[in-house]
Amino acid sequence: MTASTTDRATPRGGTRPRLGAHTPGPLGGLARGARRVAEALATPLVPADYLDLIDPMRAGADLRGRIVEIRPETDDAATVVIRPGRGWAGHVPGQYIRIGIDIDGVRHWRAYSLTHRADGSAAAGIPAGCVAITTKAIPDGKVSTHLVRRARPGTLVMLDQATGGFTLPVPAPAKVLFLTAGSGITPVIGMLRNHLPELTDVAHVHCAPSEHEVIFHRELTEHHDAGRVALSLNLDDVHGVLELGRLDTLVPDWRERETWLCGPTALLDAAEKHWADTGVPDRLHVERFRPTVVEPGEGGSVTFARSEQVVEADGATPILDAGEAAGVLMPSGCRMGICYGCVVPMRGGAVRDLRTGEVTVHESDEPLPVQTCINAVAGACEFDL
Amino acid sequence: MTLAPQRADHASTKPQGINPRLRVTSDEPRPQRAALTGTGRPNPAAHLSPDDIEGIGHELDALRQEVMDSRGDRDAAYIRKVIRTQRYLEMGSRALLLFSNVKVKGFRPAWWLGTAGLSVSKILENMEIGHNVMHGQWDWMRDPKIHSTAWEWDNASPASQWKHSHNEIHHTFTNVLGRDNDLGYGILRVDEDQPWSLFYLFQPIWHVGNALVFEYSIAAYDLELGGYLAKRERMSEEEKATFRANRNEVLQKIKRQATKDYVVHPALSAVSGSSRTTLTANVVANLVRNLWTNTVIICGHFPPGISTFEKTSIDGETRGEWYLRQMLGSGNISGTKAMHVITGNLSHQIEHHLFPDMPSNRYAEIAPRIRDLMQRNDLPYVTGSLWKQAASVYLKVVQLSLPNKVEGERRRDVVRRELGKAWRSKKLGRRY
Repeated sequence: MTASTTDRATPRGGTRPRLGAHTPGPLGGLARGARRVAEALATPLVPADYLDLIDPMRAGADLRGRIVEIRPETDDAATVVIRPGRGWAGHVPGQYIRIGIDIDGVRHWRAYSLTHRADGSAAAGIPAGCVAITTKAIPDGKVSTHLVRRARPGTLVMLDQATGGFTLPVPAPAKVLFLTAGSGITPVIGMLRNHLPELTDVAHVHCAPSEHEVIFHRELTEHHDAGRVALSLNLDDVHGVLELGRLDTLVPDWRERETWLCGPTALLDAAEKHWADTGVPDRLHVERFRPTVVEPGEGGSVTFARSEQVVEADGATPILDAGEAAGVLMPSGCRMGICYGCVVPMRGGAVRDLRTGEVTVHESDEPLPVQTCINAVAGACEFDL
Repeated sequence: MTLAPQRADHASTKPQGINPRLRVTSDEPRPQRAALTGTGRPNPAAHLSPDDIEGIGHELDALRQEVMDSRGDRDAAYIRKVIRTQRYLEMGSRALLLFSNVKVKGFRPAWWLGTAGLSVSKILENMEIGHNVMHGQWDWMRDPKIHSTAWEWDNASPASQWKHSHNEIHHTFTNVLGRDNDLGYGILRVDEDQPWSLFYLFQPIWHVGNALVFEYSIAAYDLELGGYLAKRERMSEEEKATFRANRNEVLQKIKRQATKDYVVHPALSAVSGSSRTTLTANVVANLVRNLWTNTVIICGHFPPGISTFEKTSIDGETRGEWYLRQMLGSGNISGTKAMHVITGNLSHQIEHHLFPDMPSNRYAEIAPRIRDLMQRNDLPYVTGSLWKQAASVYLKVVQLSLPNKVEGERRRDVVRRELGKAWRSKKLGRRY
């Protein structure tokens, strides 16, 4: 088995809402005919635009879900229980979904690990047929803060099908170590809730700033007390930030265990090095939580992915001009920011509005349409052009 | 969306270096000339110094920023509500029309209600929703279903072509003679400074005809059909190929639109023997929509008191001067809140032209501040009721069908002379 790293910024597979996506309908001549008539009736819209008004969660619709409950886990963390639309295809424990939620009118997409039972049965207070994610409000974390503090039951959210390779193999390995920190517990609690009966020897090291900030504290302790999981808590205020050398004491046989690790980037980087130095890098399976953070600056490189062009541009040159100078076939219009004829999807990076100085950072993995005539590079950008 | 090499207009709009319109203050020393030179008539901004205009630019930039920063849930809820209302209204009206032939005491209630509902639905869809979404007013929500790059509207003109001729040409070159084809759409003389020709003698007829088939006129106009017919001898193969591609796009769109309104919906109504009445309902609804949109749109730039500008007056135009041109080149329609919604908030034409990508529900909120700014700067804020403004345009269309008055020659003599020339050459003369 090879070490797998799941980069959450580039989900593979899964469905996502596409511009003008048609509803895939049932096959068969009659159904196809009916669909053609429906499309002729709905043009220039598509039948789904009308059906979505009546039942946004129906089978065949873009996947959506309705928030059923938001249950606090700690002061800063909450579990969001969502009833998914009928197109929900299920998941493998450890996988994550992307959720698109409107905050102050703007849609934001984020990825969260699933913590409910994959067979759809009720568990840990999550009603049957619902999906659940748990998130911790972090400073500057627009979406997590919104979910924990402001979101209300009844809210309709956009969903993607589950994806990700941070899962247990079949059959499950004999000896397992879960190493988690903070909200990195979420994919692992998803595995524990689903796979615990199949797991015979589980060690779990979880790190948290303090005892009352341990998410799922009671559930984890119960497993420990019942002898199902050997839990070690590393509390920053008691033990200091986890020193990986401490593993030798906490889980002496950690080198023999298939290890699933999820937590902040610093821990992941340190652990990857530690496992490699020990000569067992294949035993480590990593889930990375945060997408790359872009620090806005002045100017930078612009990548036009489909034209396979990379150009350097300063902080005062509109991306449109930079692209045209490099011979990229850029859509364009008024060149003063009013006609929206130059809008191109940005897949990463940051741009600065030359009129106002306002910086827009690409923060999720959803393409962000950008007006190229009035924006300059503020951090290496990639465009879908 | 336009790909750069496809449009001839493009080369001339491309600035060297940074577009001066991006900034209120240009790094280059600005020419000390009057900001705007009206053509022949007094310049309503003659009393403003370059510094005054720069000040206006800063004030408007700040106002724009203030509103854009405060966009949020309530705005998103507004547009979704309008879209939801329009779609339910359309579905309800279409459902009624399935029984449009059913008579109650010699009267067809379903026809009347369905036709009225469908007309209002089409007007909302074209104006408050389609026009504004295609302007990018709602792009900030990052909802791929309500986005300028994805929207297609219930109109003969394909969104892509509309966005080019409207968002790009009209909104950038508003009221610049020879640059903004919206000034009379190439078939009307709505400004004294547009040269007269015999063609315009019949413009009251053109005007009414244009209003009745407005959606097709817009499609032909966005396609630049007139320009193609006039210039095709001189066009390169590439330009002709582009035209043909665009033409096919329009024909496909018209086919889909006509199939929906005039074939499929009437066919469904056959269940109650209402095919013919459903057909008439769709014809009437499209006609009502055409007349209404035309009536609203002519009030935006053609009523008296609104300025037009010379081609040369916009060379090196700064952002402040551009703002000034938008304010002087547009006129509003006064009325109730319902009136503003049913005009797609084009009743706030001045505010819309200053900030074409601002959510339309905000125009009414900033209107008093724009009016105040213009009054403080002694600029005319043109506004009036729909009927007053529309009537003034109809009157203008009649008056300007004749040549301007000149010393020493009666207008009827000019017309008679031109008629004689036309009779001999079998041509109606140039349009501008």
